[in-house]
Amino acid sequence: MPDTTPVTDGDKIRCDACPVMCFIKPGATGACDRYMNDAGDLVRIDPHVILDRAVDRGEPVVQFLERAEDWDGDPVKAGGRFVTAIGAGTTYPDYKPAPFIVSSQIDGVDMVTVVTEGIFSYCGVKVKIDTDRHLGSERAPVRAKGEMIGHVTTGEYGSQMLSLGGVNHLTGGGKKQGRATCDAILDLCNGKPVELTVDDGATVLVQAGKPPVVNGVLEERMRVGCGSATIGMFAQQWFGKVDEVVVIDDHITGVLSEHQAGKVLGVKETGIRMTGRRSTPGRYFEVAHPGTGWGGTAILDPLSILGAFDPKIAWAGLRMLMISTTGEQHAYYELDGALKPVARDLPAALAESVERVKENCEPALSTVLFMGGAGGSLRAGVTENPVRLTRSVKDALTYVTCGGAPVYVWPGGGITFMVDVTRVPSNAFGYVPTPALVAPIEFTMRLEDYAALGGHMDHLRPLDQVLAGEGGRKLPQLDGNPWPLAPSDSKRSHG
Amino acid sequence: MREPPLIRPLADGRRVHLHDGPIDLILEAWGPPAAVRAAYRAAAVRMNGLLDELCLELAILRAPVGDLSPVPAGPVARRMHQAVQPYAADCFITPMAAVAGAVAEAVLAAMVHSAPLDRAYVNNGGDIALHLAPGESFTSGIVDRPDQPSLIGTARVEARDAVRGIATSGRHGRSFSLGIADAVTILAAGAADADAAATIVANAVDLPDHPDIVRVPADSLDPDSDLGSRLVTRDVPLLPAAERDRALHGGLRRAAGLISAGRIVAASLHLQGVTRTIGLFGQIDQETEPVRRMHHA
Repeated sequence: MPDTTPVTDGDKIRCDACPVMCFIKPGATGACDRYMNDAGDLVRIDPHVILDRAVDRGEPVVQFLERAEDWDGDPVKAGGRFVTAIGAGTTYPDYKPAPFIVSSQIDGVDMVTVVTEGIFSYCGVKVKIDTDRHLGSERAPVRAKGEMIGHVTTGEYGSQMLSLGGVNHLTGGGKKQGRATCDAILDLCNGKPVELTVDDGATVLVQAGKPPVVNGVLEERMRVGCGSATIGMFAQQWFGKVDEVVVIDDHITGVLSEHQAGKVLGVKETGIRMTGRRSTPGRYFEVAHPGTGWGGTAILDPLSILGAFDPKIAWAGLRMLMISTTGEQHAYYELDGALKPVARDLPAALAESVERVKENCEPALSTVLFMGGAGGSLRAGVTENPVRLTRSVKDALTYVTCGGAPVYVWPGGGITFMVDVTRVPSNAFGYVPTPALVAPIEFTMRLEDYAALGGHMDHLRPLDQVLAGEGGRKLPQLDGNPWPLAPSDSKRSHG
Repeated sequence: MREPPLIRPLADGRRVHLHDGPIDLILEAWGPPAAVRAAYRAAAVRMNGLLDELCLELAILRAPVGDLSPVPAGPVARRMHQAVQPYAADCFITPMAAVAGAVAEAVLAAMVHSAPLDRAYVNNGGDIALHLAPGESFTSGIVDRPDQPSLIGTARVEARDAVRGIATSGRHGRSFSLGIADAVTILAAGAADADAAATIVANAVDLPDHPDIVRVPADSLDPDSDLGSRLVTRDVPLLPAAERDRALHGGLRRAAGLISAGRIVAASLHLQGVTRTIGLFGQIDQETEPVRRMHHA
């Protein structure tokens, strides 16, 4: 989700809604007459977000110029709109019917969408940071503005994981901690950058969908694989161009001449001696401490992990490449008469393989999933019989969305869901001073199913009426999100 | 957040609205249904990225054109530059004076190129590019106050006329005017030519030293205005007939010069309820009802 914080110059705002990038004075509109500087805020005069899929019953379709190639040029085609919960408000404690219970028709079937903003006391974010750099030990506290807001959790392949927020930090750790936690997870959910520090670890700038910045250094790439895997992938390309390759990695450092991949090709022994703990031939654990140097280790000088070469095997002029798993760090050496490595310029033939390692790394990103439980009284806004809503969700009769975005509903009890915050329209999340987060949530089902679970049938409002009455803000459904009223139409890139 | 550009067919099922940032185009085409669809699609494809392309050269396009000023590279930007070039020697003008017409022309060209059409137009906020197959014609309504639209006359353009562009400029539209005309409508060979000329003629309808005309620096209203600190008209008092005619006369002289130089075909000038035309034009009322002479609040 893009950062929507406007750039300012004095009291003027730089609008980023289109490439003209107007500077707008307070009270004035930009060149388009659509965006306004309202006392320092860039606004598009509206509160409620309505997703445009098309427009129903004879009204024209909205399509996007970016996909003009796919449009057949037909000016009339039917479609639909979906009312999201963003800006809908909430009725906490939810004994009253939810703010919007909207009926519409899709493919001739009467559908109901219950639209509300839930107050989530039990909620947090799971953050995946694509980096091998050591951010902190598992279970280490993670802080924002000095307050503990979560911890480092189990790492994943090529990524470090943080678990932030949750009821213990929001309401169980005192006022200051609660506020810091709420601010941090709210900003992360709304796509803003947040600086986090890990006890005895790194400082990392995290923003959903953007590369992480670890200790002030922008992380551009994920490692291509562990050191051993890198040897396996590139052995063929190195063979004959260099005598030895060491791929430095905090997890497993690989050595070409000893590795199975080198043996298969017939790479000669080089007499190299490594620090660290040998796992299997050519694979070393713990060559150095974890850190933010080469390949997620603390290494700044790669020669520091080598012992003296075995004089019985090594030879003067032996050529050696040392490289990290992202290719970002690399050095080339040749042994002198005393079998000491001397740094030399990287030969052109090897430069190509270094580029190849870099090319095979995926861009590193921070990704943020909001996770919350729509339990308790929120369900009462939907139905007089709350447990039936839970059952209906489990039975897949009711489709849950968050600002129109698909969610993963965790199996088991309750309605605990996860959503990728970049798939939710911008600034969809809010907070209450409890502190707790406010997130949009929509429940969509057939009219007959809604009646059966004890829905507030007397509060149903037709879609047209909601569209006409509320002056909502229309947004395109985000690329790749399925249409909430017909989720099976789209590819399911979600859980 | 960059708002996605839109294709929005209008409720009549015939016209299409293309929108990106400050650009709003209304298109309509006539011909076999398949050709019309192909033309709409081609228009949408052409429009995609057009604003981004212009914005890359925004600094050049907002700068006054002179002998030493840089020539932009993009095709639409070059057309803007070319359309204002003839005026650069004797007055202040920037390529932005032709932006609306040049965009309309570019999108119309894509439509005409994609399919055989009988007629088509691209209306970019009152600056209109026309396509007419032999024997076809268009009738356009003329409005003297864009902020209070009502037709005061029509302009009929035949295929045999050398007119494929209609543009209107004045002090009530989206952009600022250095003059006091309520509106100036120009017929010219292309929409970009008409657009540039409308700006020039509207600026020429003026009473430069009149003490009661309120003028403020353009950049005090819009910090990004290509007019910089030049004074633009904000309010005009009700003028006595002699002064009003003197202002109109200034504009007519400028328009007559442009007609004899072959840059435009016709002009229609409107100020406080009075309309003067020059060159080929349809039927226009010479004076509309007095209520039009109300002071602009």
